[in-house]
Formats: sequence, structure tokens, C-alpha cells
Amino acid sequence: MPAPSAYITGVGQSQVGTKLTRHPLLLTVDAVREALAEAGLTVQQIDGVATYPGRMAAYLGYSPVGADDLIDALGIRATWYLGAAEITSQLGAVVAAADAVRAGHARHVICFRTVYEAAALSRPEEYPPVRRATVDGFSQWFAPFNATSASSWVAQYAMRHVKHYGLTREQLAQIAITGRANAVHNPRALVREPLTLDQYMSSRMISTPLCLYDCDRFTDGSTALIVSAGDALDEVTCTPVRIAASAGTVEKYSWDQAEWMASYPTGADLWKHTDYKPADVDTVQLYDGFSFCVITWLEALGFCKVGEGGKFIEGGQRIARDGELPLNTFGGQIGAGRLHGFGFAHEAAVQLKGKGGPRQIPGDPRVAICTSGGGPLATALLLARD
Amino acid sequence: MGATPRPMPRLDADNRAFWTGGADGKLRIMRCQDCGTFLHPPRPVCRHCLSENVAPEAVAGTGTVDTFTVNHQAWYPGLEVPYVIARVALDGAPGVILTSNIVGCPVEEVDIGDRVRVKFERQGDVYLPLFEKIP
Repeated sequence: MPAPSAYITGVGQSQVGTKLTRHPLLLTVDAVREALAEAGLTVQQIDGVATYPGRMAAYLGYSPVGADDLIDALGIRATWYLGAAEITSQLGAVVAAADAVRAGHARHVICFRTVYEAAALSRPEEYPPVRRATVDGFSQWFAPFNATSASSWVAQYAMRHVKHYGLTREQLAQIAITGRANAVHNPRALVREPLTLDQYMSSRMISTPLCLYDCDRFTDGSTALIVSAGDALDEVTCTPVRIAASAGTVEKYSWDQAEWMASYPTGADLWKHTDYKPADVDTVQLYDGFSFCVITWLEALGFCKVGEGGKFIEGGQRIARDGELPLNTFGGQIGAGRLHGFGFAHEAAVQLKGKGGPRQIPGDPRVAICTSGGGPLATALLLARD
Repeated sequence: MGATPRPMPRLDADNRAFWTGGADGKLRIMRCQDCGTFLHPPRPVCRHCLSENVAPEAVAGTGTVDTFTVNHQAWYPGLEVPYVIARVALDGAPGVILTSNIVGCPVEEVDIGDRVRVKFERQGDVYLPLFEKIP
């Protein structure tokens, strides 16, 4: 008997913006409705829910909606569910859902991620900002040194590439320039204007070598994917995309004790779970919460050697929508908004279904990689249309 | 940056020796007394041999800049920028890296490989281990 398979069937997304006033649960429902409609499923057929990181009461802008909220609101009768922060980054929720349907715990699992960080900032009375005078746990090793932003943590890894491998700002710029060029063709992208190299080079530094355009920014919106069991595909009307392989890593949770970002072991591990090779991949949707994360993913996944990521993307032609390895065709988080990991899986599925509209990559893409994370946590999925 | 109030660690049984070692000028790192592995962040068990026989030990307080960044963004009102955030690999404690600030020199003078020495900054009971370049 062949091993049971898991598929991404319907995908959906809410409106995306900043300072949205629509209730975050309703944004989530918008994304779910779209995913259900694409899959041809009803809520009654959903028997699982997975989200990252679950509702975070102390930081509601980061995660205002938990799996519990959606289950209650839609009257879902779930036989399996998950809302977890302690997984190998955002797309770890999709990996868990795939395992659940393969194991027979559920047939159709809604996976979602809802963010409300810009809205929360604009409504402090409703969403009190978090700044604590005392810190413990993970934060105590960073906050006392005013190193609270992940930009400063990723920047230090990027600096090693600058110093050891000669990574240049002009090379790094191609991540944002490519994302913004693609975002122009994505009606839901946060920023729909191209970015020039001059604009990039003259923008202000955030944390060297990362400038403003190397960082994503707070966004409001929700993304939903339905993960379905292979033996439930006869209930689905859309083109399914198989989750052909996945990998995830956490080793040293404290960023500063890890020698390298978790993208490296994760990328290497992904190929142990599949017969596909890097040359088979038609498009990559790689986590760009910070541009440098993409460099690490390209190297980690073996598209180039460690240290050669900057040269690999130089000039941008190779990673353009009509290049040999189209990257972040929806805009990435830098162009489309910080939908936090789920946007990459959404776009990988959209491209393999051939539903990218004006941003659809040429040819007939059949294999895609999507990733999330890259600090101490990382997840990679390889998707294939059979 | 010295005038800016920093968020401070909440002291507990695990971290007290680290954060208060500066009172007598010592940087203390938890170490397994059975196998010798240095453990940071401090935990009551050795990640190498699972022994619970762990205790803080003073290390030299010198190290090397593994990598760094110059932060230019004021993350909250009153934060003076720019300042250097660095990963410091400690001498005599293999595998232990501290995130800290390199102080006492212009930000553009910090580089990977710089030799640095701890310089404690006291705030209440806590002595933050900052670092400065060894001339």
C-alpha cells in the first residue's frame, strides 16, 4: 500500500493592509471562505484546524485569533487541532496538519495565520503596547542590550556574509527589488510600486547591513490553506497540490547560542525526504521577514554554495518572474506584507495551480518550495502538482 | 546610550550568578562539574551529560567579536542611536556566546575578530556585562 499523502487543496486570503478596522476574526473567516470556495468544500466537511502560534493574549496584534476562536465561530467539529507557538516556525502548523491527515486523524484541516500588528499599533487603548521594565526567559539575553528586534539578530548573521563572503548591498537589494516588482501584479499586495536600486541604496539603515527595505513591516490580514487527505480528494473540486516533503529544525532556541540560522540544517534535510532535486524546482517562495533570510535559504537548499547567495541573485535576472528560479512571485513579505510565513505556502500553491493571473510564472510549474523562519526555527515544504 | 533605561532581567535561581557576578568583577557562566561543559543560558542540568551537578564558574571576561551590527533604529522613545550589538565568543568557555554591546569606541571601529573585555554596567542588583575593545 502506498504511503498516505497530504495535499493543499483550497487556499484563501483576506484583504491585506495596515490599520484595518475589520475584526480580526472576520478577516480570518474571509480567508477561510475563499479557501472553502476554491476547494468546493463546506464548513461541515472540515474536521481539523491548525494555526501558528495560537491566540496570544499578551500580544494580540501578533496573533489575535486562535484555533479555538475559529472552531467556536464556525461551529467546526474537529477531531484534531493545533494552535502552537512551540513548533518549527509558522509553516510548522501546515506540516503538523499534513501529518494529521496522513495519520487519519482528520480529512480536511484548515490551516491559518492571522496578523493584526499594524491595526494594534494604531489602536493602543484596545491593544496595549508591550514594553516591559523587566524581562525573563528568552528576552533577558537580548532586551537589556537593546537588541529586542529580530532585525538586529538577523543583521549579525548578514554581517558575517558581508565580511567573510563579500555580500554587497547591491546584491542584497535584489530581494526587495524583486519582491516589489512582483507585488505590482498582486492585487492584495501591501505595496504595489516598484523599488529602484537608487531608492534602496539611499534608504536609512535599520541595523547594518540591513536598511529599511530589507525588513518587512507590520501588516493586517489572514491567510488560510486547506490540507486534505489523499483519500478525500474526491470531495474537492480544485487542483490539489501534494505536500511531497517537509523538514523543520530547532536546535538552540536562543538565537545567540546558535552558530548559524536554522534554515541551513532545514534546507539540507528537506532533500532527504524526496527524490526531487534542486534542478526540478520551478519556483521558490522563501521567507523574507528580512531579505537576508532568502540568501540563507538559497544556500541552505543547495541552489548555490554557502557564501555564494549574493552572487547567485546579482542583477536579479535569475530570480525574476521570467528567470530560471522565480522568487517570491507574490511580492514576499517585503512587498506583499508581513503575513508571517503563510503567504509563502499560499503563493507556492497558487503558482502550481496556475492561478497566479498577471503574476503567473511562465511554463507549466509543477514543483515549488516554500519556507518560513530562519532564525533558531525553520520549516521548508516541497510542493508538487502530480 | 548609558542614560537610557534598559529593560532589566528578572533575577531567579538560574540566572542570578550570571547577572550579579559583576558585583565582585567576575563574569560567571554555568558549568557542568562532571563533564566540564559550559552551559548558557544557565540551566540546572547539563545538556551534554544530563548531570545536575552544575555551578557557576568565573571566566576570564575576555572574548572575540563573532559578529556584530550597528543598530540605527530607535526602538522606543529616548533610545540613543547608533549603538553596536555584538555576539561575543568568550575565552575559556567553548561554545558560549553572549549578545551584548560594544561600548567605549566609535561604532565604526568595531569589527569581526576584535578582542574585547567585559565592562560591567550596574543597574540596581544587576550588573550588565557590556564589552569594550582591548587596545
